[in-house]
Amino acid sequence: MTLPIVLFAIVATITAISALGVVLARNVVRMAVWLLFTLVGVSLLYFLLGAEFAGTVQLIVYVGGTLILIVFGVMLTAQGPLRELRTRPAEWLVGGIVGALLFGLLVTASYQIALPPPSTDNTLPGPGPLGLTFLGVTETSPTANVSGLPDDVVVPRKPVAYLLPFEIVSVHLLVVLIGAAYLARAKRRVKA
Amino acid sequence: MNELGIQPFFILSAFLFVCGVVCIASKRNAIGVLMGVELVLNAANINLVAFARFNPAFRLDGQVFALMVIVLAAAEAAVALAIILNFYNNHATVDVDSADELKG
Repeated sequence: MTLPIVLFAIVATITAISALGVVLARNVVRMAVWLLFTLVGVSLLYFLLGAEFAGTVQLIVYVGGTLILIVFGVMLTAQGPLRELRTRPAEWLVGGIVGALLFGLLVTASYQIALPPPSTDNTLPGPGPLGLTFLGVTETSPTANVSGLPDDVVVPRKPVAYLLPFEIVSVHLLVVLIGAAYLARAKRRVKA
Repeated sequence: MNELGIQPFFILSAFLFVCGVVCIASKRNAIGVLMGVELVLNAANINLVAFARFNPAFRLDGQVFALMVIVLAAAEAAVALAIILNFYNNHATVDVDSADELKG
């Protein structure tokens, strides 16, 4: 038992229990709190994997932005304190069976994925290489062979950069901003 | 970290994914359905970052994809909440079972 394994066990247990809490909680405010713990646990996992920038963005955007947005939605649509929309037991039964089957399928499939041996380098590219690849610089792209091929076929990976997806995402955010503001605007009837 | 392997991350991600799917399928509150979607996206993100760590050809791309998913999830939450607020204005409820006007 080394330190990474112990840390992973602790963080994974917290994340899994909070995810289960999101499913099992009936009050939507409690669901939001459980979701907060899940998102923080996922960001801790990113830190554990060495992806510090992704973990930071997860904390800032997800926990600080998306979750606050969801809590605002809960507050704006509340119909009285502690009112709950109950799920019927038959729906719980069907949902549980489908969920268990899906979990079994995914775990079985995950054991059939073969990966190339991991690099001994423990660090992932930091914000610098990430920013350069978003700006279209291809030199930061890792030099490795394409994985998932038969052993005797070796295809080197082509360098890639992500300037076009970055631009598309930025325009998409602008469109979403305008669309959400238009959809959620306060509608006042004009008095005749 | 290398002795841990990638399988535990797959299993945790599968668990989060299943929790999200059950959440989407069983919650009657529209905001609960939205939280299920967030769980599913986080499960996919765990897989992407774990691949970035354990597959040398994917070191940069895994993180790039994860960042894209985080940003798009924020945008999706904003639009979904706007739709839910609009629905609440028109129907005075957020019960997804009452959204059946388009039913044939």
